Amino acid sequence: MIEVVTNLVAWFADPINWQGPTGVPTRILEHIWYSVLAIVLAVAIAQPVGILIGHTGRGGALAINLSNAARAVPTFGVILLTFLVAGIGLVPVLVALVVLAVPSMITNTYAGFRAVDRDVRDSAEGMGMTGWQVVRRVEIPVAMPLIMAGVRISAVQIVATATFAAVVSLGGLGRYIIDGLAQQDLTQVLAGAILVAALSLLTELGLSRLQTAIVSDGLQEESQEASMEAKLEGTTG
Amino acid sequence: MKFRERCLVLAVGVVSLLVVAAGCGGGEDALQQGGGGDGIVVGSANFPEQLILGNMYAEVIEDQGFEVERRLNLGTRDVLFPALESGEITLVPEYNGALLSYLSKGQSDVTSPEETTKGLRKELPEGLVALEASDAQDKDALAVTPETAEKYDLQNTSDLAGVADELIIGGPPEMSERPDGLPGLEKVYGIEFAEFKALDAGGPLTVEALANGDIDVGRVFSSQGLIDARGWVVLADDKELSPAQNIIPIIRKQDTTGKIEKALNELSATLTTEDLKKLNRRVEVDKEDPEDVARDYLQQKGLLG
Repeated sequence: MIEVVTNLVAWFADPINWQGPTGVPTRILEHIWYSVLAIVLAVAIAQPVGILIGHTGRGGALAINLSNAARAVPTFGVILLTFLVAGIGLVPVLVALVVLAVPSMITNTYAGFRAVDRDVRDSAEGMGMTGWQVVRRVEIPVAMPLIMAGVRISAVQIVATATFAAVVSLGGLGRYIIDGLAQQDLTQVLAGAILVAALSLLTELGLSRLQTAIVSDGLQEESQEASMEAKLEGTTG
Repeated sequence: MKFRERCLVLAVGVVSLLVVAAGCGGGEDALQQGGGGDGIVVGSANFPEQLILGNMYAEVIEDQGFEVERRLNLGTRDVLFPALESGEITLVPEYNGALLSYLSKGQSDVTSPEETTKGLRKELPEGLVALEASDAQDKDALAVTPETAEKYDLQNTSDLAGVADELIIGGPPEMSERPDGLPGLEKVYGIEFAEFKALDAGGPLTVEALANGDIDVGRVFSSQGLIDARGWVVLADDKELSPAQNIIPIIRKQDTTGKIEKALNELSATLTTEDLKKLNRRVEVDKEDPEDVARDYLQQKGLLG
């Protein structure tokens, strides 16, 4: 055990591991790059769907069931399958990560919209707001804590799972894990795992800061409760 | 009957009784040694090539009139070898380089077929015999598409020396560090590739990447059936960088006979890497039954009497 720790410390202290195309900074940047691309794509796909079914209330059951079914899709399988079709490149990784992230975003956004108090929506309409105005100025702000909870859960999953990029010869922090396993170099595997875990935690912290910044003050209290609930749901789901 | 004749009959009777008794004694002895006496038990590992080879071994020995039990598909060497040592199985198809490395705990550095077999015979535990090694090998090898082979005029690995800096190689992640991987290619052949893509060991990733041109050179296994199916060119390891992996029967000394050895050696002498590739293709790609494939081959080569 002590040997493992000393080896790890030595690994992180070795300047070789901090330089060039296989160094930690490059690997972290690659990892962030794949993750950001996947998160942006997933938001672009999931949020319009979540908003549409949340606002209209139509097709909700279908979309939620589809989303829940999609959670069962094994990421590793999706990567390999897409690789066989698309070959080496970002496509297999992005497809797998987006498939992973979209369901929890859709369900959270939908739940956020459905939780908007009917009275609030009615009064917005009573004030003469159009459907789009209700969405933009009432429902989205009120649903924001849950929407953001979905984004946070998905983003952390994406960052943790972007490790798989290394399976199909790309970079990222997964390189240390995959190469370490292949070379039977436990220290390298652990170093990679620690870096991935740290990056996931930072993602969570960063996004919760962002949430605090964009949720309106009147909803802050509620926001924290909502995201706690969503997180519980996320861990059991 | 005269007295003399009676004596002769008696003598013959006594002698035959003694022979029978001796026979019984011998039988008990064989049981005590746990050899089982009559039956040969052929074991094999759990991939198509091993199933084909195991069936071939069983088939040629049965053809000599022995009883054979097939215990194929047993798992990896970690399972097979102890079973062979304990006598649960009596014969396995092995690979000289891989088994030598297993027995010497990775301390062997020979790579030529002859030296590898010699080294293996030295390391084999008492009670086990390595018969003649076949020319057929399942070793780490580099493959290219026929187009690439033609474009750069490639036959041997050493032909890559002048052109490798234009080529991308793909293989298992450990290849970048292992002495018989990229460092060995650089040291022994003076080859440095433009780029290395970490994929898998002759698996679907490497195969697809080579097929669709993502990589130019793929690390495969020399007897892989897929190579035959895709028409790829395997470059000869002309400077013997990676260890030889000739197919070699390992048998328990107490269970072998001259007839069994002769039959297995004849099979080993006939089998080539080309043959093995074609047979593997029939099982891996065309999904034929390994037993049928093995019997077909033996009949075709006149190895069954």
